[in-house]
Amino acid sequence: MFGKGIIEYWVPAVSSYAHDIDFIFDTVFWIVIAFWFVVVEALFLWLIVRYRKKDGVKAQYITGEQKHEKRFITWPHYLIMVCDVVIVAIAINVWYKVKQDAPPADETVRIVGQQWAWSFVHPGPDGKLDTADDIRTVDELHLVVNRTYLYKLEARDVLHSLSIPVFRLKQDAIPGRIVTGWFKPIKTGTYDIQCAEICGFGHGLMPARVIIETPEQHTAWLSAHSASAAGE
Amino acid sequence: MVVQHAEHHEEHAHHPQESWFRHYFLSTDHKIICFQYMFTGMAMGLVGAFFAYVFRMQMAFPGVHVPGWGLVTPADYNMLITNHGAIMIFWVAMPVLIAAFGNYLIPLMIGADDMVFPRINRLSYQIFLLSALVLIVSFFVPGGGFAGAWTMYPPLSAKAQYSLTGDGSTVFVFAVALEFVAFLLGGINFVTTAMNSRAPGMKIYDIPIVVWMIVIASLLFMASVGPLIAGAIMLLFDQRLGTAFFDPNRGGDPILWQHLFWFFGHPEVYVVLLPAVGIVAEIITVFSRKKLFAYKTVLSTAIATGVLSFTVWAHHQFVAGIDPRMANIFTVTTLIISIPIAEMMFVYIATLYGGSITLTTPMLWALGFIGSFLIGGVTGIFLGSSGADIYLHDTYFVLAHFHYTFFPIAIIGTYAGLTFWFPKMFGKMMNDTLGKWHFWLTFIPFNCIFIPLFFTGMLGDHRRIFDYSNFSELSTPMLQHLRAFATVSLLVMLTAQTLFVYNFVTSLLWGKKAEKNPWKANTLEWTANSPPPHGNWATLPTVYRGPYEYSVPDRAEDYWPQNAPS
Repeated sequence: MFGKGIIEYWVPAVSSYAHDIDFIFDTVFWIVIAFWFVVVEALFLWLIVRYRKKDGVKAQYITGEQKHEKRFITWPHYLIMVCDVVIVAIAINVWYKVKQDAPPADETVRIVGQQWAWSFVHPGPDGKLDTADDIRTVDELHLVVNRTYLYKLEARDVLHSLSIPVFRLKQDAIPGRIVTGWFKPIKTGTYDIQCAEICGFGHGLMPARVIIETPEQHTAWLSAHSASAAGE
Repeated sequence: MVVQHAEHHEEHAHHPQESWFRHYFLSTDHKIICFQYMFTGMAMGLVGAFFAYVFRMQMAFPGVHVPGWGLVTPADYNMLITNHGAIMIFWVAMPVLIAAFGNYLIPLMIGADDMVFPRINRLSYQIFLLSALVLIVSFFVPGGGFAGAWTMYPPLSAKAQYSLTGDGSTVFVFAVALEFVAFLLGGINFVTTAMNSRAPGMKIYDIPIVVWMIVIASLLFMASVGPLIAGAIMLLFDQRLGTAFFDPNRGGDPILWQHLFWFFGHPEVYVVLLPAVGIVAEIITVFSRKKLFAYKTVLSTAIATGVLSFTVWAHHQFVAGIDPRMANIFTVTTLIISIPIAEMMFVYIATLYGGSITLTTPMLWALGFIGSFLIGGVTGIFLGSSGADIYLHDTYFVLAHFHYTFFPIAIIGTYAGLTFWFPKMFGKMMNDTLGKWHFWLTFIPFNCIFIPLFFTGMLGDHRRIFDYSNFSELSTPMLQHLRAFATVSLLVMLTAQTLFVYNFVTSLLWGKKAEKNPWKANTLEWTANSPPPHGNWATLPTVYRGPYEYSVPDRAEDYWPQNAPS
C-alpha cells in the first residue's frame, strides 16, 4: 500500500494478507514509536538536563491539581485516545480479514502437529481432500501460487502452533479440535514453517518447509508422487 | 525526659534474651521479615540469573560447553527457560517488590509499630521459604525439573508421557500453589494494616503513593489468584488422580487452563508493576525537591489500571484458538489500558518540571525505570493490536517487550528502592560512586541485551527453541550475531552485579553512619532511628500534612516532614 513494510526488509511477504499485517505493524510503529516514544523520551531527558540542581535556585511548588496545570496531562490523554481508536480500527480490520472472513477456497489442506513433526495432507489430482488419491507428506507442504487454501489444523498430542513467517500467519493447533483458517500464497519459493508453541523436548526440532510452486510444477509433483505411490 | 522514655522503650523492645536464631528466623518484626523476603528473593534471583546465563550461552554459541553447566541438551534448555521465568516472577519480583518493600514500608510510612497480624506475617514468610525449597527440590526429582514453560499449558504439563518430567511437573505446580498461599496471607496483612493502623492525622490522601500502590497490588493479587489456585489444583488432579479437566480426549479443554492462568497472569503484571512505580514516585519527588504532580490522578490511574487489568487477559490468546470474534473485544480493552499507564508516566515526567534534580544513585535508578519502562509500554501496543500479534505472538519481540517491563520493575525498581532505603534499613550510607558505576554497568548492558532481541523477533525468531540451526531462515549470520551480542551484554551485566554485592557488604560493615533523614525527605520512616528498633518509634508520630510538601514557598527549608507541627 505504501511501498515496503518494515518487516519486509528482512522477511519476504508471500501471502495475500502479509502486507496488511505489515501495514498495522508500520502504523503502530509510526504513531507509537516514531511519535509518542521519541517525543516523550526527548522531553523526559530534556527536563532532567534543564532542571538539574543549581545553587540558590529553589524548585517550584506545583500541585498539578489546578485546571491549567492538569492540561499537560489531559491533552496528551485525549490525543492517546484518538491514536488508540485509529490503531484499534486498523488492527480489527486486519484481524477480520485474516482470521474471520475466509474467502471461498480453491482447495483444502489438512495440517497436523505432533511431537515432533508436522504432517500435511494434500488433495490429490482430483482436488478434493479425504479421497483415495490424497497425498500425505511429513515436513513438506506443497502449495500452488495464487491459489486460495482453506487449512484444517489439528494436533495429535499437545498444543502446537503453526507459524509461517513469510505468510505472517500463526495459529495454535489444539488436540481435540479442528481449527480452520486460510491463506493464499502470492510468490513461488521455499520457506520455513516453525512450531511456535512449546511442545516438549523436541520443540526446537520441528522444522518444516512450505514449497510454493507454479501450477505446472505442482502437476509434475502430483504425478510423480502418484506414480511412486502407485508403484509401491 | 522524652529521651529517657525512648531509651527505656528501646531496651524493652530489644528483648536482650533473644537468641540470634530467634531474632533473625522467628521474628515477628516487620523489618526482619522484610530482610528475610528480600534476601531469599535475591538468592532465588541468583538461581534465575544463572539459568539465564546458561541458556543464553546456548543461544549465542549452540553446542558450547557452558562453564558451570556443561552441554545444554534440549531437555535442559526447556527446563532452564521454564524455571527462569517462574523464579523471576514468583520467587524474585513478588517477594522483593511486594513482600519485602511492603513489609518494610507500610508500617514505617503510615506511622505504625508493626503489621496488624505479626504472626500471620511470619507464617507468610515461612510458607514462602517452603515454596522456594519445594521448587529447588523439583530440579532434582527423577526426570528433572518441569520443562513445559512457566505458563504450564496442558496437555504438555498435565501428562508425563508428553512432558517426560512427570514428577518435576507435580512438584513445580505444588511449589507455585504454596507460593500463592504465602502471598495471600501477606496481602491480607498489607491491606488491613494500611487501612487500620495509620498514624493519627493521616487522612486518605496523606498516604504515600508507594503504600497505596502496594495495597492496590495486594488487592489485585487477592482478586485474581483464586481462579489460578483452582486451576493449579485441577492440574494436580489431572496429573496425579486421573481427572480430565484439561484432557481433550476425555471431554476436557486445554484452553480452559489458559483462561484461568491469564485471568491471574495479566493482573499479575500490574501486581508487580505498581509497587515499583510507587517506589519511583517516592524517589523522584525527594531528589527533584518537588511535590508529586497531581497526586489524585496518580491514584486514579493506578486504580483504573487495576480494574482494567481484569479485562485484558485473552490478548495472550489471540491465536490460541479462541473464537476469533473475541479477539476484537480484547484488542479494545488492551488498548484502553494504555491510557492510564501513559498518564501515570506523564505525571512522573511532569513532576520533574521545575524541579531541582540531584542525580544520586537511587535517582538514577528511578529515572532509568521511567526511561526504559516506556519502551516496554510502547512495544506492548504492537502486541495488543490483534492483527500485528498474529505475526509477533510467541516471537522474541514478545520476549523483549515483557523484559522491558519486568526488568525495570523487578531489577531497576528493586535497586532503586534498596539504594534509597538502605540508610534506613541498615543505618549506613552506601558508596555513591560505586553505586553509579553499578547503575551504568547494569543499565547499558540491559538495553544491549534486549534491543537486539526486538529485531530477532521481528525477523522471526520463535521463543523456546534451543538451536536455530534447524531453521534455514533463522540461522543467518546476522541473526546469530545479534544473539551473540545479547549474550555478551548479559555476561557484562551479570559481572557488574559483583559491584553491587561489594558495595552492599563494605557499606554495611564500614559505611558512613546514616543520620535519621539523610535525603531530607518528608515521609514518616525518615523520622525513626536508622535503623529503627523493634516497635519503630518510642512515641508514634502524628501527621499534619501530605507526603510531598517539598519546596513550599515562604519556607526556609525545602522539605516539610509529615509529622512536623505547622
